[in-house]
Amino acid sequence: MAAITPKLSDELPSTIVSPTSSVTLRISKFNPKTDSSSSIEEFKVPVQKWTTVLDVILSVKQHLDPSIAVRYSCRQASCGSCGMKINGKPALACYTKISELNSSVITVEPMNNFPILRDLAVDFTQFFSTHKKVRPYIIRDDSEISEETKELLQTPKEVEEYLQFSYCIKCGLCNSACPTMATDSSFIGPQALAQAYRYVADNRDAGKKDRLKIIDDSHGIWRCHFAGSCSQVCPKGVDPAMGIQLLRGYLLGFRK
Amino acid sequence: MERQSNREGIKGWLNPGRYGLERIAYWLMRLTGLGLLLYFIAHVFETSSIVNGKEAWQKMLELTQTTEGHIILTIVIGMCVFHTANGIRVMLGHGGVGVGKPGRPDYPYKPASLNSRHKLCILASIGLAALAMMYGLAVLFGD
Repeated sequence: MAAITPKLSDELPSTIVSPTSSVTLRISKFNPKTDSSSSIEEFKVPVQKWTTVLDVILSVKQHLDPSIAVRYSCRQASCGSCGMKINGKPALACYTKISELNSSVITVEPMNNFPILRDLAVDFTQFFSTHKKVRPYIIRDDSEISEETKELLQTPKEVEEYLQFSYCIKCGLCNSACPTMATDSSFIGPQALAQAYRYVADNRDAGKKDRLKIIDDSHGIWRCHFAGSCSQVCPKGVDPAMGIQLLRGYLLGFRK
Repeated sequence: MERQSNREGIKGWLNPGRYGLERIAYWLMRLTGLGLLLYFIAHVFETSSIVNGKEAWQKMLELTQTTEGHIILTIVIGMCVFHTANGIRVMLGHGGVGVGKPGRPDYPYKPASLNSRHKLCILASIGLAALAMMYGLAVLFGD
């Protein structure tokens, strides 16, 4: 058995190493306490085919400029922390490989339509407040705990009505891509509207009337013009544009 | 703490290609809407000249019979056809018609609302507008 197990020294020469290339990383830097406008700093960074944009940013932060402010956590597109504008389009840095960008110059900027805290970190205060505004939880008079079965049963078809919308990780990419958010600071935004649909479509929920009242506002659902950019950038397949149009169907009487 | 809002503003409507065909349709819809509004204002101004007598009306009409006038009218025809055809698509979409059905999303997560039917309708709207403009050019500049 020992004879067929390769030693580390035997293994090294045959190990396939991906060819290393390099890219220019352009990072937007802005500190509201000291700067009047943002500036771009450039770094030359070695990359391999599996390197993500977040890997490159963290490499620069570790070796070249420790002052870079970037928010991240899970590194696997689950927490929604590392949303930023990559080469002009909102995306998760941990979910975007350098190789798929087909460019040797990578520009990272903070997400649009969010106030900048510093460099790539943006403020989610308004985002979370609009999310809370649509009452993102099951509303009903009774509780499953008081029931004998201790659960509310649903058929697979009933679950499919809202399942994809429950995959939202609140990364904010949809709000950043939305053209209405670009000009209307009071717009509730695609994320909150998609979450309103998620609960309206859930047959366990009894808060449909209240939620429809909240979104039936001049800065609510009527400001969506179905540009579809929110769905285009969503990293989890939530498709907010679909949710918003289906939600509007309730208000227009197309859906019951 | 000081904040920079970082809102894209009107320039967020520019460079629509980065978000695909639907964003281009959104941009064209805005542009044609504004164009038609300008035409409407100009049209009201033009037709109101009749209150100043037959001569003033004839003078105003002559403006539309120039090469520039014909080009503007052709653009108006194109804007009108695109705005109508794409508007019907958007209105149906707003009611939840043709935006797909909710379901379990699977990688690579192609959004069902941005489906080929919508893309086809957008392309058809552009095509119809182009055809109408060509017909308009043939009528206005023919003979």
